[in-house]
Amino acid sequence: MDRRKRFRRIGVFEVGNTLLMLAVCFITLYPMWFVFINSLNAPQQALLGTVNWFPKELSLASYSVVFNDKNMMNGFYVTTLRTVFGTAVHVLFTAIVAYGMSKTVLIGRKLYLKIALITMLFSGGLIPTFLLMTKLGLYDNFGVFIFPSMYTFFNMVIFMSFFRTIPDSLEESAKVDGASDYGVLFRIVLPNSMAVLATIALFSAVYHWNDYYQGVIYIRSQDLLPLQTILYKIIAENSMSFIQQQAMAQFGARLPGNSIKFASMMVATLPILVFYPFIQRYLVKGVMIGAIKG
Amino acid sequence: MVIPGIVWMFIFCYIPMFWLIIAFMDYSIARPMLESPFVGLKHFQDFMTDDRFWRSIRNTLGMSAIKLILGFPIPILFALMLNEIRSIRFKRSVQTVSYLPHFIAWTIFGGITLNWLGEGGVINQLMMALGLQEREILFNSDPKYFWWITYFTDTLKETGWSAIIYIAAIAGIDPGLYEAAELDGANRWQRMWHITVQSIRPTIAILFILAVSGILGSNFEQIFMLKNNMNMKMAESLDLYIYNMGLVSGRHSFSTAVLFVRSIVALGLLFLANYSSKKLTGDSIF
Repeated sequence: MDRRKRFRRIGVFEVGNTLLMLAVCFITLYPMWFVFINSLNAPQQALLGTVNWFPKELSLASYSVVFNDKNMMNGFYVTTLRTVFGTAVHVLFTAIVAYGMSKTVLIGRKLYLKIALITMLFSGGLIPTFLLMTKLGLYDNFGVFIFPSMYTFFNMVIFMSFFRTIPDSLEESAKVDGASDYGVLFRIVLPNSMAVLATIALFSAVYHWNDYYQGVIYIRSQDLLPLQTILYKIIAENSMSFIQQQAMAQFGARLPGNSIKFASMMVATLPILVFYPFIQRYLVKGVMIGAIKG
Repeated sequence: MVIPGIVWMFIFCYIPMFWLIIAFMDYSIARPMLESPFVGLKHFQDFMTDDRFWRSIRNTLGMSAIKLILGFPIPILFALMLNEIRSIRFKRSVQTVSYLPHFIAWTIFGGITLNWLGEGGVINQLMMALGLQEREILFNSDPKYFWWITYFTDTLKETGWSAIIYIAAIAGIDPGLYEAAELDGANRWQRMWHITVQSIRPTIAILFILAVSGILGSNFEQIFMLKNNMNMKMAESLDLYIYNMGLVSGRHSFSTAVLFVRSIVALGLLFLANYSSKKLTGDSIF
């Protein structure tokens, strides 16, 4: 469209719309900023959460409580381990199945797709799944974070549609050179699918990092609790007992206050905030692939 | 290469489906499943006469209705308004910022919500400063606010993310259409309505079908985070009821019976919504 016309029409609508968008940005960013500044407050200061822009009394005391808390740090470790392994297993497994499914020569391909589609519409749900996990010995076991989430039909379809866009000739030439099916997948197909790999890995990693619910349902032992489950207990159930002890040791009998909750929240979100700028450009691309093909 | 996938699906999807059979039994975790006595529809009758069950139905439908009526159009409006922004850089920045909350865990988002709505929290301070209320309101423990809290937090968290799909659909519209409309003298609103909205209509229809078929579901992670003993009356959704009955009270068979009906109805709703949409607008999923 021509430029002159565009500039001529800067009017009430443009101004209003821009302000609206700025308001959206503000509403989105302010809560995070709020957590950040209150986590930096001295623990005695942040008992009440009033509107504010900067910490009243700058202090890293809350962070030192969080970083010195054995349970929190163990949760951090469990979550990291879970995110790394869970994501790697999910991406590899889903990709392998999707590669097989992308071949039209596969016998019974349509049947497999139907079987898989049914699982999307109808599932056993919470209780039967819980009982199954118990029978499989996954209750209170690290495996519960990995195995049930190693595959999703939706991601498989995204992979499958992507693989089908890779020219067959590329794979055939590799086969002529003596590569096996797995060889073709790992040496030819996957290196050509970086965008979709990154997207699926990202979704999977975010899921593993943010999930607290699996930990609530399946985990009993303290040292297997993921970070977000610990955070859930601190925030929703208000059970600050372990962190309270740390705080009491440091600040006398004083209530640990909100700043410690906020510092824990910051620590649990930091990896997302750090990686977000790098990965967000893949997001839209990935969602499009999913939206159009899926 | 497909076999591991089939095996996985069999174990993690089909075995639980098979286990739905315990809805018709008095299942106990202590003995093998097939030795449990069949009790027919006993559990189904039991929950049909349970007040708490009907209350959870009401809560689920209430929260879903608010989300569907007041929530569904918001990402569409956001996408339309964002589309009108002319500076590409500003548009991208707004978009990037808008979907950030989607990636923040519910523990964090719920934590902020609980803090802001609590005693001495941001919302109370703000409303008092603006003269909208005189005393502090305990939003978190007063059940009557719960549905609205779930609606607002959900909208804040997911609007930007849900808008992506509409933004993608809008980006695919042929710019020639706008030029033609402009030559015909269509103003901004007319173009927005007749071209943009009409072009993304199939996308809207598909997402609406999915939204309707999901009305018996609730955002479990959200509700589980925000619920407490005081607001349970309005907070206990069907999912939460199944959880509380099954895993907290240990009534596995009873809970599974509820679950079973829920799944069947959800499936029915999906087909119904799909069928109506096909009849009314010609757009459908299958």
